[in-house]
Amino acid sequence: MSKKFWSSLIAILLLSAVVLTACGGAAPESPAEEAAPAEEESMEMEDAQVEVFSWWTGGGEAAGLDAMIEVFGAEYTDVEFVNAAVAGGAGTNARAVLASRLQAGDPPDSWQGHAGQELIGTYVVGGQIEALNDLYDAEGWVDVMPETLIPLISHEGNIYSVPVNIHRANVMWYNPTVLSDNGVEVPATMDEWFAAMDTLQAAGVTPLALGEQWTQLHLLETVLLGSLGSDAYDGLWDGSTDWASAEVTAALDDFAKVLTYTNSDAASLSWQDASQLVVNGDAAFNVMGDWAAGYYIELELTAMEDYGWAPTPGSVGVFQFLSDSFTLAVGAPHPEGAEAWLKVAGSKAGQEAFNPVKGSICARTDCDPSLFGEYLQSAMEDWGSNTVSGSLTHGVVANDSWKSEIDTALGLFVAGQDVAGFQDALVAACASSGPCK
Amino acid sequence: MNKNKDRYLSIILISPSILAVLIFVYGFIGWSIRVSLSDWKGLNPNYTWAGSKNYLALFSDPRFHVDIRNTLIFTGVFVIGSIVLGFILAVMLDQGLKGEGIFRSIFLFPMAISYIVTGVVWRWLMNPAEGSRMSGLNLLFDSLNLDFLVNRWHTTPIWGMAAIAIAAIWQMSGYTMALYLAGLRAIPHELREAARIDGASEFQIYRRIILPLLTPISLSALIILGHMSLKVFDLIIAIAGKQLPLDVPAIYMWQTTFDGLFYSRGAAIGILLLISVAVLIIPYIRYTLKAED
Repeated sequence: MSKKFWSSLIAILLLSAVVLTACGGAAPESPAEEAAPAEEESMEMEDAQVEVFSWWTGGGEAAGLDAMIEVFGAEYTDVEFVNAAVAGGAGTNARAVLASRLQAGDPPDSWQGHAGQELIGTYVVGGQIEALNDLYDAEGWVDVMPETLIPLISHEGNIYSVPVNIHRANVMWYNPTVLSDNGVEVPATMDEWFAAMDTLQAAGVTPLALGEQWTQLHLLETVLLGSLGSDAYDGLWDGSTDWASAEVTAALDDFAKVLTYTNSDAASLSWQDASQLVVNGDAAFNVMGDWAAGYYIELELTAMEDYGWAPTPGSVGVFQFLSDSFTLAVGAPHPEGAEAWLKVAGSKAGQEAFNPVKGSICARTDCDPSLFGEYLQSAMEDWGSNTVSGSLTHGVVANDSWKSEIDTALGLFVAGQDVAGFQDALVAACASSGPCK
Repeated sequence: MNKNKDRYLSIILISPSILAVLIFVYGFIGWSIRVSLSDWKGLNPNYTWAGSKNYLALFSDPRFHVDIRNTLIFTGVFVIGSIVLGFILAVMLDQGLKGEGIFRSIFLFPMAISYIVTGVVWRWLMNPAEGSRMSGLNLLFDSLNLDFLVNRWHTTPIWGMAAIAIAAIWQMSGYTMALYLAGLRAIPHELREAARIDGASEFQIYRRIILPLLTPISLSALIILGHMSLKVFDLIIAIAGKQLPLDVPAIYMWQTTFDGLFYSRGAAIGILLLISVAVLIIPYIRYTLKAED
């Protein structure tokens, strides 16, 4: 019987030997193959790579990225581009993956992030990304980007990322037919907006289309901007506007009032569903970032006929922006490749390749307007002339922790409708995760 | 001698999995406990001792109160619904009707589907839109003139979670049916016949004989469904996305850790979840181990 034992043991040993050689066999093969050319073509070849991490995996975003990679490939023929994109809306999955990679000390060379506090509060404070002031100076980018943009993407005087595109958050979309049928003008102030929505509601039209929770946060930030004005709104994020003040109470009351004009099934609608309500004539207004223009173009609708746009009420002359930008990792495995990538991302050629396809405008103010559609041309004009403010929902003005606390407070408010409790929670959020002390 | 050698062999064979379980389950539980007692917020680990701060904060956190309420509603509706429906289906199938195998498979099929797929299908069915945009079950009710059944489903304030539980019942009641059916088949016919001879009604037979004999099955179903409902996550995400009215501890843990970078708070929620599942599972494991001895 001990024979049985020994034969089993031998069988196991044999099996593990096979497994080990199978694993071991595959591994040495590739280094051996790579080792030969590396010796011939000098040490630089090892660095001739760049791994870029993003959540652009579908639609216009992925197509835009491909267009920019093409520009990169033409300029840096000997640098291999490794596209490390992770799927998942607005990057929630990608950021979880990125967080684990950074904690494991395995950063990609450059990664996508919303310009502003989302990058700064997380990665700059965490010591994960390098300042890019030298690159900005060398490429002259400060001169071609709006003056009011630079402080919003800087931390203690250093600039940390290269914005590739610009989206506008404070856009109000409307259905021109529904408005004219009910004798309503496009409102420019909060009061005009409320009056218009009263008229529409009396006529049996849903005045404002709204979607799931993040679109509610998006609506909140535009109402705060419209109600407080850009100076007081900006002050919320640097601590100079008191969250407990009466003007914030008034703004939150406005927001509570705006919610009374919305569709009852908001929680079950995506932003596309809500945009669709407007062009179908089921609702008059919708507040959404200007990616809605890209969606309407996809639906083959005609601008100013099927849909119209205006800055959200109370925010005329202000461009509330958000931007995707690229970073340089501290300890990037291929710093030269990363720098080459950032140069392309900030260049006129790179941005002109990316943005018309993605449906956004250039962060640079010198792109050729003729490459863009009707809506985007109007956005470019405003980008060059308006005051620039940052978006909350899309990571410009508040760090991730602060934003998630505000989001929780908003969710509790929408369920309970208690303005005083909402304001208390916002004050507490600023104290725990923002600049308020 | 021989017995000893078999023992060595079995130890050698299972030692890799024991090692893996020690590291990846118990090691990480220990690490999570440590993180939950720290001040870690942001990307970089921070193990500064914070004591029970995170736990105390959770107990006064209005969002966590919503989570507890939702978990209780979901667990109650889902566990009771699945057990009652599963039992009724099993009793009906046990009557020896024709084509039993076909029905059994039909009732079991939903279990083969992932929660995500169930969620997407029920998201369409439970569409809360009104008026001309009405669709799904509401449209069906409306066109059958059953207007009183038209409702807001998961967007109903407070009780929206019960709508999510309906989808979970649809998925899991076939499983409880299979459990009960196996239990029913194990009850000897002589028992029923003896009861009938003694003049017991069918209801009395089920009430006094069958149900008591099925107690171990009911207990297993309760434990299995109960611990599933405490961990529910994907079904809610697929039906409703991340909405605070339908928040549960698992979603809060995920959002606060990866979106908000409150690692210590996320770890505290995770540990509370583990404790709540353990309260359910550990007595059950002890009970079954005793039963096996």
